[in-house]
Amino acid sequence: MDYEVNIGMEIHAELLTRSKVFCSCPVQFGAPPNTLVCPVCLGLPGALPVLNKRAVEFAITTALALNCGINRHSIFHRKNYYYPDLPKNYQISQYDSPIGIQGYLEIETEGGRKRIRIRRVHLEEDTGKLIHSGGRITGSDISFVDFNRSSVPLLEIVSEPDISSPEEAKEYLSNMRDILVFLGVCDGKMEEGSMRCEANISVRRKGSEKLGTKTELKNINSFRSVERALIYEINRQIDVVSRGGEVIQETRHWDEKNERTVSMRGKEEAHDYRYFPEPDLVPLEIKDEWIESLKSQIPELPDEKYERYKKLGLTPYEAKLLAHDLELSVFFDRTVDLYNNPKNIANWLLVDVTKELKDRNKVITETSFTPEIMVELLDLIDQGVISGRIAKDILPELIDRGVSPKKLVEEKGLIQITDISFILSAIDQVLRENAGVVEEYKKGKEKSFMFLVGQVMKLTRGRANPKLVNELLKKALG
Amino acid sequence: MTNLADLTAHELLGLISRKEVSPVDIVNSCINRIEMYESQVKAFLNIRDAETIINSIREDEPYSAIPIAIKDNMLVKGQPATCASKILSNFIAPYNATVIKKLIQNSFNIIGKTNLDEFAMGSSTENSAFYPTRNPWDLERVPGGSSGGSAASVAIGFSIWSLGSDTGGSIRQPASFCGVVGLKPTYGTVSRYGLVAFASSLDQIGPITKDVTDCALLYSFISGYDPNDSTSLNMPPYKFSPPKGDIKGLKIGLVKELMGEGVDPSVRACMDNSIKIFEDSGAIVEEVSLPHIEYSVPTYYILATAEASSNLARFDGVRYGLRANGKTAEEMMFNTRGEGFGPEVKRRIMLGTYVLSAGYYEAFYLKALKFRNLIADDFKKAFERFDVLISPTSPILPFKLGEKISNPLEMYLSDICTIPVNLAGIPAISIPCGFINNLPVGLQIMGPTFSESKLFEVSYGFEQATSFHKKRPQIGGS
Amino acid sequence: MLSIEEVIHIERLARLRLTDDEREMYRKQLNDVLNYAARLDEIDTTSVPPMYHVLPVSNVLREDIPQENLTQEEALSNAPSEDGGFFVIPPILGGEG
Repeated sequence: MDYEVNIGMEIHAELLTRSKVFCSCPVQFGAPPNTLVCPVCLGLPGALPVLNKRAVEFAITTALALNCGINRHSIFHRKNYYYPDLPKNYQISQYDSPIGIQGYLEIETEGGRKRIRIRRVHLEEDTGKLIHSGGRITGSDISFVDFNRSSVPLLEIVSEPDISSPEEAKEYLSNMRDILVFLGVCDGKMEEGSMRCEANISVRRKGSEKLGTKTELKNINSFRSVERALIYEINRQIDVVSRGGEVIQETRHWDEKNERTVSMRGKEEAHDYRYFPEPDLVPLEIKDEWIESLKSQIPELPDEKYERYKKLGLTPYEAKLLAHDLELSVFFDRTVDLYNNPKNIANWLLVDVTKELKDRNKVITETSFTPEIMVELLDLIDQGVISGRIAKDILPELIDRGVSPKKLVEEKGLIQITDISFILSAIDQVLRENAGVVEEYKKGKEKSFMFLVGQVMKLTRGRANPKLVNELLKKALG
Repeated sequence: MTNLADLTAHELLGLISRKEVSPVDIVNSCINRIEMYESQVKAFLNIRDAETIINSIREDEPYSAIPIAIKDNMLVKGQPATCASKILSNFIAPYNATVIKKLIQNSFNIIGKTNLDEFAMGSSTENSAFYPTRNPWDLERVPGGSSGGSAASVAIGFSIWSLGSDTGGSIRQPASFCGVVGLKPTYGTVSRYGLVAFASSLDQIGPITKDVTDCALLYSFISGYDPNDSTSLNMPPYKFSPPKGDIKGLKIGLVKELMGEGVDPSVRACMDNSIKIFEDSGAIVEEVSLPHIEYSVPTYYILATAEASSNLARFDGVRYGLRANGKTAEEMMFNTRGEGFGPEVKRRIMLGTYVLSAGYYEAFYLKALKFRNLIADDFKKAFERFDVLISPTSPILPFKLGEKISNPLEMYLSDICTIPVNLAGIPAISIPCGFINNLPVGLQIMGPTFSESKLFEVSYGFEQATSFHKKRPQIGGS
Repeated sequence: MLSIEEVIHIERLARLRLTDDEREMYRKQLNDVLNYAARLDEIDTTSVPPMYHVLPVSNVLREDIPQENLTQEEALSNAPSEDGGFFVIPPILGGEG
């Protein structure tokens, strides 16, 4: 029996504003507990919320980038429930008039491009953080509460259950993260908690119109977890249904350690949030001029970059890698402006430069490497001053020190040797010192040739023009 | 020789500027009043020690010689703010309410925090968790509520003036019961930041004073835009100018529905007399109907308790206030709130939670919001024909302690005159208009939004034609 | 007539611990008030818009500028229990993630 899967994703993104959404406390990661709080985000008696303009702009901008309609009249609601990390015991959120509605995000699937519909985008406040002594929620003696995170702005993005597989879910999450990063509204670091996701999953028999009973999956803390958790849950549900059982609608928790989902049933109560419009805030009237102005400030997003890079001659694979890396694509664009060989630049960036960045655990903007340096390096190769090999050798130093490649090459005496008589004398020496290998080559062992080339390069400290070495060595061996 | 504590602020300011009296003498006369009568009246929950009060006097700051009392639901940094509740009996305010900031900037001398019905919920100050305040005119009777302490303090001269808060009549009704003047300003003209919220869309802070001139003067200090309060209007503060009281040709509407069956005959007699006084001064008084006003009480009790149930959720024993025992955080919250809240507060939280709960939101909360519109509209229409509207402030005379406390619904119904004003957001002032067996009766004058100046003019005109505002209570024949 | 179960349900939502006597008293009193509030059904309000705010204000926004806030000491000044800068509370059992 074949089954189809429906997955909906709910993402919470912490916004990169400098202050919180309803008060002016700074937004900072890692500060000592309860040092970034005020009467408002601490829920003291008499405190009142005031809405952060930039948080609203980030929300509108994101909604626009996700092709949403914007609610011209948008209000906040109180979501009432009790929990120690919620200082007012209500969360200021949005209910029936969220900022963005009915948008979509496109992903690449085996069957081509697919649209995942976005139901809503809304703004709300984050809660404080609970820490349990013993590190686990059950069996702890006391709990500690830190309200630094209380009232940090969150963007909630809810999709329709259009996602059909764990791979698609990962694509969706990845594309969403890229958009948020490219817009500059969120840094998308799931491991740090600045982007969180929950999934709704249901299965149904192939051909069935009606969606199956869904479970809600929480505690997915990384991109890898997403796929694994979804695969597990889908299999679990198929298992239940194929044995004639029924999936219970419940919340389940992804247990990373044991790689399974666990039921939270009985541990949670049915919530009656008693939503009502927030009387301490006034409505948002989002005018056309505001929307147009924010729209015009949206930078080129990954999808657009992807198409443009393909047109520049990059392969789809290259284009995709580059288009989804904000810093690298900006670097690429600047370099292409100065040096008209996109393919060559892309190759360098995606292979050698990327390796150096990974080794240093840095992004390109954190290094001293610039487009100008890149171009100077490529020019040196084009002019035959150095070989590609030498260029690769000096790349790490260029990245760390940001010096002029030309100067560096001169300093280190790395200028390529094209003097034929010099090369000939080196070849001479190598042939003399490696008579045995020469014999092997003459007997038919091709590999020996490469060894001899290597020896010449070694003798000339890599500076001999490899093409010339090849030619001259062939001649010398007859 | 009139005791200084019985004079008005503007009279005292005149004496100070003419150097006919020393600031210390004024402050001492209030302190003496407290020493003599506070044990019988019990207007305060917290009195600053005499030395601090005296030391706060500054020779070049006349307002520092005019002691003011503050209702204990407004935060004064470093002072207790108990809201007359066990749940906050140990709470020390870590910040100043905006109105207090404004007073401090002008060197006002805060003499103490006054008693109230717990969390401002009540009409008699009998709901204070600590003790009831007594009416200085008859110690067996209530001073009204919820700002009973503030009103009594002014009447008996513990302070020259005071601040109260009004959600459904809590400034006006105690002002009426204590024979003093009380203003509920237009919603949004006085900041609520630092006022412990009862019903966010209805609460306003306002002055309680001996006469209209003092009322206008104090209002000028507390009004004005506050960026910390999103519901505060972006308008300049009221600028004080001594009222002239010319009411010739003024069109005054007597609200028909507030002169009905439930009005005590002696109150009605005072109203008739007041109408005559207006007419003798050249005003025109006609009856006007506000057809939906009879629905004010259920409308108010749905909206106010709904908002209150949410505003009071923050009192949970986590960050401040009372913390009861509990094996878990949840148990601790249940017990804290069970022990910390008094019966009236619990009753209103229950009611408010109910009207917001699933299945009842449309029938109650939403419906009440629609009635609010109808009631506000009734006022708008009436103000097209009339400059101001009048009614009794309370349909009944100050009642004896214990008389009404066991019948909540009856207590709620006696707020019928004051409640519609908060629902519509308009300003209203209560001034003394007569005495029945030495018990004060109050006249309520209502105006359209932002008509405070007009209210001051009309009430001043009435004052000039009468001498009710000059009468002072005598306790035990002093 | 409000049932005891309904009252218990509201208690739970409102995190109020009541005694049996209190519960019964509130049941009666709430019932009186709710019956009285049902008067609102007397008028058809289908075409009346709800009045969420008394005054027509909108778009009250604050610039994204961080400001001075409370010190850790001030934040904890009324804490019933604190340790190392944190608020300390009894343990949570199960509940939200």
